Amino acid sequence: MPVTETETAAGVDRYLAEFERFERERTAEPGGLRQMRRAAIERFAALGFPTLRQEEWRLTNVAPIVQGTFHRPESDPDSVSPDLIAPYTFDAAARLVFVNGRFSARLSRVGELPEGTIVASLAEVLAREPGRLEPWLGRFAKFDAHPFVALNTAFLSDGAFVYVPRGAVTGPIQLLFLSSDEGGKPALSFPRNLFVAGENSQATIIETYAGSGPYFTSPVTELVAGPASRVDHYKVQRESLEAFHMATFQVQGERAAAPSSHSISIGGALVRNDVNAVLDGEGIDCILNGLYFGDGRQVVDNHMRVEHAKPHCASHELYKGVLDGKSRAVFNGLIHVHHGAQKTDAKQSNRNLLLSRDAIANSNPQLEIYADDVKCTHGSTVGQLDEDAVFYLRSRGIGAEAARSLLTYAFASDIVERIKVEPVRRDLEEFLFARLPMGEVVRQAV
Amino acid sequence: MLLEIKNLHASVEGNEILKGIDLSLRPGEVHAIMGPNGSGKSTLARVLAGQEDYEVTAGQVLFNGQDLLEMEPEERAREGVFMAFQYPVEIPGVGNTYFLKAALNAVRKHRGQPEMDAVEFLKLVRGKMKLVQMDEGLLNRPVNEGFSGGEKKRNEIFHMAVLEPLLGILDETDSGLDIDALRIVADGVNTLRAADRSFLVITHYQRLLDYIVPDFVHVLVDGRIVRSGGKELALELEEKGYSWLEGMAPERAAAQPVGA
Repeated sequence: MPVTETETAAGVDRYLAEFERFERERTAEPGGLRQMRRAAIERFAALGFPTLRQEEWRLTNVAPIVQGTFHRPESDPDSVSPDLIAPYTFDAAARLVFVNGRFSARLSRVGELPEGTIVASLAEVLAREPGRLEPWLGRFAKFDAHPFVALNTAFLSDGAFVYVPRGAVTGPIQLLFLSSDEGGKPALSFPRNLFVAGENSQATIIETYAGSGPYFTSPVTELVAGPASRVDHYKVQRESLEAFHMATFQVQGERAAAPSSHSISIGGALVRNDVNAVLDGEGIDCILNGLYFGDGRQVVDNHMRVEHAKPHCASHELYKGVLDGKSRAVFNGLIHVHHGAQKTDAKQSNRNLLLSRDAIANSNPQLEIYADDVKCTHGSTVGQLDEDAVFYLRSRGIGAEAARSLLTYAFASDIVERIKVEPVRRDLEEFLFARLPMGEVVRQAV
Repeated sequence: MLLEIKNLHASVEGNEILKGIDLSLRPGEVHAIMGPNGSGKSTLARVLAGQEDYEVTAGQVLFNGQDLLEMEPEERAREGVFMAFQYPVEIPGVGNTYFLKAALNAVRKHRGQPEMDAVEFLKLVRGKMKLVQMDEGLLNRPVNEGFSGGEKKRNEIFHMAVLEPLLGILDETDSGLDIDALRIVADGVNTLRAADRSFLVITHYQRLLDYIVPDFVHVLVDGRIVRSGGKELALELEEKGYSWLEGMAPERAAAQPVGA
């Protein structure tokens, strides 16, 4: 159902009123942050919630979010049982856990890290030494055109701050965002993450989103990939099937950086992932991969924007989707090559596999090229399982369901194989074996 | 009888391709089906394997006394029917050996045999690879992906060797093979010949039958078997061409009584 104007206005007003309460609670904050919040909420008030009339949102209806009532959490994040996080965590160099957007010191564990490395709650850093965040926080994820980034910036209070100094190499850092309703009240959270990788440093960061029941989470993550740094970023979105998830991941690449992002989107009722990369130095090699699964009435929208601002950069995007039931996926991939960004090498590919008649995929690649010596390719497909391949497998004794599952797994496998963090890859494999009919045969055959 | 085909009619998209096939195979026999392009040879193979594009409009096929046409393709495979594809399908993302292990275990389970573990399986596979001089590298690649034409055909025979069917159907396995590859494939098949294993060798050319020597040769023209005989029939065809038999009245396979 499209949302009425009255409902939209009422929805916006609820967030504005919530902001007034929120702001009153925050007394001892630096002036710069206060100003940024103010600017962001004003921008949100002007933008309102997105509507289907807006190009960037024309296929994704956020009415359930506009109409829903969500509450900023009140309970103690440390009160969550460690058993609850166990299914999502693994042995990482550092692990921060957030419950409904708020840091839980009790559930978090930071092991030994290279000297000068910081893995901390953003709230703590804001309280202790806000100047530390000043050069980066809010400078890359722009809220002027994006209502959810505006909301997140307005309500910015906690999340993860990861700082890897020049030359340092860290083991995997996991950030777990766990959400749920609180006594029947659906929670509202705006996790805000800032990752800064110094020159020639190396880091692997995994964001995991999970939860139960209905809630709304709208994270923003900014990654500053310093000169010649190498950052492998993973986002595993396995929210509850009643959850709303509106996320933005903003990458700022500097000279010769090699940032990579792997976005796995499995859960959520209504999901939007905006991934924006600005390649703002020469010789950057940026990889953006994604895999999304939809079933039932799930909606998942991946919006990519890669900006080649400087010459001699490469960007490779591969997004694959598997859609069953009445699920719907949107892929919008924009590659923008700025004037003077010569020798750009940009590749984008989006492939969708529809497992049911009622599943829908919309794929929309866009190229905007303002330089003349570039190589840009894009391709998108929406298709079904190859019946010849199904028959081939069956003719060797594999059952019909198992054959279909095997081919579905195979379709997804090239993204799965690109996941270099073993526990993350294994978790995804396990998810697939559990989700696909006759998954045990698939487990044996891959 | 291992296989009894009685008055088989089959259509694709409303066009009748098979117009009454009668054919019987005893265990251990090798039958060749020859015929010009479009005669229905490959249709016969695919109907037996269970491809759903073909509609059987009349007739019956018994495999070991059971109604083959009632079975799903995977059931046929588990009962012991194997078709080597004319055009083996490339399946990116599915490893050749892993897939074959799943297939073999599905077959073994059906036969009441215990599943094979990875070590046993690898031992088995190593032995079978030698039959068709398969390069070990092809084992770890996705099924048929990037294989040459010859490698694909060898892979089919390799699959057959591992699955040990009762009936092997070779659907124009010789097409596109050079003489060396043809010899390798034929040697593989000959090694698999056994008293309890039959073959239906479908080919356009007599050449393959120099290497896989059949017990019987049947000539299919316009959806009917127009002549049956011993291996010398293939040579006669080679000499005279198919036009010699085209337009000929169908005759019952003389080599064995049908429906007796």
